[in-house]
Amino acid sequence: MESTSRHFRQNVGTALADPNLQDSLTKLKVGFSERRRQAADRLPEFEALRDRARDIKNHTLANLDFYLEEFERKVVALGGHVHWAPTAADARRIIADLCKSAGARTVAKSKSMVAEEIALNEHLEDIGIEPIETDLGEYIIQLRREPPSHIIAPAVHLTKDQVADTFLEHHHRLGFTKRLTERNDLVAEARYVLRQKFVDADVGLTGANFLVAETGSSMLVTNEGNADLSNTLPRMHIVLASIEKVIPTLEDAAVLLRVLARSATGQESSAYTTLNTGPKRAGDLDGPEHYHVVLLDNGRSNVLGTEMQEILRCIRCGACMNHCPVYGAIGGHAYGWVYPGPLGAVLTPQLIGVEDAGNLPNASTFCGRCESVCPVRIPLPKLMRHWREREFERHLTPTPVRQGLALWSFVARRPRLYRRLAGLANRVLALFGRAEGRYRGLPFASGWTRFRDFPAPPTGGTFHAQWSRRRP
Amino acid sequence: MSDAPANARAQILDGIRRSLRRGDISGPARQAVDDRLARPPRGPTISRTALAPPEKVALFCHWAEANNATIARVAAADVASEVASFLVRSNLPAEVAMAPSPQLADYDWDGQKMLTIRRGRGEAGDQVSITGAFAAIAETGTLVMASGPEHPVTLNLLPDTHIVVLRERDIVGGYEDVWTLLRQRYGKDRMPRTVNTITGPSRTGDIEQAMELGAHGPRRMHIVVVQE
Amino acid sequence: MIFVAAILAAVSHTPPRPSTRPRRIALFVTCLVDLFRPSVGFAAVKLLEGAGCTVEVPPLQVCCGQPAYNSGDRATTRAIATQVIAAFDGYDAVVAPSGSCAGMLSHHYPGLFDDDPAMKARAENLAGRSYELMAFLVDVMGIETIEARYDGSVTYHDSCSGLRELGVKDQPRRLLQSVDGLALREMKSPEVCCGFGGTFCVKYPEISNAMVGEKSADVAASGADTLVAGDLGCLMNMAGKLQREGSAIQVRHVAEVLAGMGGLPAIGEPDDAASARRDQG
Repeated sequence: MESTSRHFRQNVGTALADPNLQDSLTKLKVGFSERRRQAADRLPEFEALRDRARDIKNHTLANLDFYLEEFERKVVALGGHVHWAPTAADARRIIADLCKSAGARTVAKSKSMVAEEIALNEHLEDIGIEPIETDLGEYIIQLRREPPSHIIAPAVHLTKDQVADTFLEHHHRLGFTKRLTERNDLVAEARYVLRQKFVDADVGLTGANFLVAETGSSMLVTNEGNADLSNTLPRMHIVLASIEKVIPTLEDAAVLLRVLARSATGQESSAYTTLNTGPKRAGDLDGPEHYHVVLLDNGRSNVLGTEMQEILRCIRCGACMNHCPVYGAIGGHAYGWVYPGPLGAVLTPQLIGVEDAGNLPNASTFCGRCESVCPVRIPLPKLMRHWREREFERHLTPTPVRQGLALWSFVARRPRLYRRLAGLANRVLALFGRAEGRYRGLPFASGWTRFRDFPAPPTGGTFHAQWSRRRP
Repeated sequence: MSDAPANARAQILDGIRRSLRRGDISGPARQAVDDRLARPPRGPTISRTALAPPEKVALFCHWAEANNATIARVAAADVASEVASFLVRSNLPAEVAMAPSPQLADYDWDGQKMLTIRRGRGEAGDQVSITGAFAAIAETGTLVMASGPEHPVTLNLLPDTHIVVLRERDIVGGYEDVWTLLRQRYGKDRMPRTVNTITGPSRTGDIEQAMELGAHGPRRMHIVVVQE
Repeated sequence: MIFVAAILAAVSHTPPRPSTRPRRIALFVTCLVDLFRPSVGFAAVKLLEGAGCTVEVPPLQVCCGQPAYNSGDRATTRAIATQVIAAFDGYDAVVAPSGSCAGMLSHHYPGLFDDDPAMKARAENLAGRSYELMAFLVDVMGIETIEARYDGSVTYHDSCSGLRELGVKDQPRRLLQSVDGLALREMKSPEVCCGFGGTFCVKYPEISNAMVGEKSADVAASGADTLVAGDLGCLMNMAGKLQREGSAIQVRHVAEVLAGMGGLPAIGEPDDAASARRDQG
């Protein structure tokens, strides 16, 4: 996927002016967070599970090579194949070769953020293979040729009416000529259209929520059942997963599943959690004949051992964006790449470079709500701050900010000078602003006064000036 | 070992070791991870699952219904008649696709003359399927299906209505109990090709976050709990 | 001058209350309070003295360093932190009328000195005795009620650092509920950020405006006539937005309300607004 992260500011302007998006975001802000809270409250062990989930991921990352090799050994022992892809290009080539070897014309895809990361669909189309997104949200945005705006609810930026228009436009030629108005009718129409595509697909491609080293299984969590059809009906099942998805054992999966659905949608459990292990067995009446796992690195191994390592604990639940007031204001597309919200603010600079994605870790108030709901306790504000430090060290911070900061820091490190200047500023601001109580415009703070009044201080001097007068 | 060029594999694994500033895991550290795989430690105990068997059944039914499944609790002798009656109640056709499982064969299907049963895998046009379940999880009202010649995966996914015959004795507390049963049945390192854990009918929240049933999998799930 | 008069009146009317736990407290005024709302500092002094503390204001304090810290300038942050650590050496406790600044001292300073064990020890020492004002009064000094009067309905906004770093949530509400004449009315989402975020609000003004716009709607929907919070940055942001929208809701720091300084002009209000209100009342 082509990044527009460098155009973050323009993207923000577009997002704030889009009434459909703003409508959708209003629903998102109350819906997800309230349901998560209720689900967490229903389970007394929830906080202990979060601690444990963090520990499991930390343990795995510290032994990542071991668990990947163990996973590979088990997959191969059961007749599957493992492919190692250091880069996005490697993964694209491996998958294209597999599809060609299967004689594939169509690929039924179940939602995979890693596939978005490596721009797989564009690549498959280029070589004449049709990728069919089967998750309803992904299907909708594929028809609209849009990127996902959320990692678990890709079409969350759209209203029902927009979906109805899109279906009418694209399903018209299939004989669906009536514009639908009810959600359940839209779901039923997509189900009907996609059912045949599942049956016809030569290859099923899914992501993985977890890879279980103990058993060589890929684990997939969905509500729709589309991943299950993708990995059952076609002759070949390809799992595309990044290396940090591996976990040691099924017991670890149980812990992570308990925090995943509750954090994501507030469900006790998603409708489908599926473990796939190798290809179909002797005597099986269904299932794929070929099972391949593509392990993607794409820069992740470089994150290990750095101050950013904790982001690799992420289990992609989306809670950080569901609770982020910045995401809630601008939606996912403004972030300009695959991973939006606080997760994207940390991961995107890592994967596409901080030169392009520098705005993302800066566009945060550090309110900390993301960290407070993260099921694996990733300190997202701290990691965003680390990016700001790297930008500062590399002189990527915008010049006006650097100069302002340098001036402020010169003064702040000289308390007596600071005190004199503060006294002067206080007197000037009080003198001209006291009559009204506030300023409607200030030349040096237009970012503030464009949208807000600026409160004027009262007359009488700074606190320190008054304090020294009162208590000499 | 692997189909990818050896250098790609080495590139990733060596990159991980370089970043972690160590070589291959060896010695006591290796022993520790081997032990962890051999004897997987469990996470925090979930208090709601610490129940006697009858309460486990009730907890399972509670959560399955909360997730939009319907439940009937009947004696073994009444399983087939309950299925027939459910189909009539729900205005569903009497043609069903049934898992070719010896466990299901014991019920009195012959007593339901109007039922037409086809035993085999599921097909795209199937309206109704009947399967058993390997186990069920009380904690979340979740059914566990293990694939194999006796239980094709397609039966869990393709029909509009999925009827599951579940024996009370197969209801366990949490996921961990299922893993134990799977290891007992299939061996420590040998999972069935597919284990579907299914909680209620298929659903989607992808349009305006409102849950709608029947996305790609079954729209209806009816669970016949066999009393023992 | 109405401010100075009101503050002096409020402060001088409070005889120090005897306490079993007299303490030598340093007030961390914070740069925003110093420059824009000195009455918050005097309110804090009054509340602390009322709790039996001896309050001093170390003269060499400036800022906690957050503008540099959150802009990625670690070297400047360390220099400022070193200055703050020295300025507040030796006090039993350091109290700030701000969750954000208190959180900086208590949660972020030690991590600045990971490569300097001696400074790290001093930073940890300071961190261990740094408090947000409400948390200090309730959790440390055991204050349960406040003798003050405020005629109005109040909604309380939870500022982010105080809430999530320091667990400030019930303490201010408990004290506010003990104020005569005051009715608490919760807004729907008091824990959602107001969009201030220090330099964020001028670096990304459009996003900040969307956030504070949502906050002001939530505040208005609560039906309260007064908005209070524990951090002046958030308060100035919310007051500025409410006033730009033409709202008559008064915005005040929680310490002012608790210290009986509710008669002062609210944040961003002209002096005559407060006089008019008094005349009416």
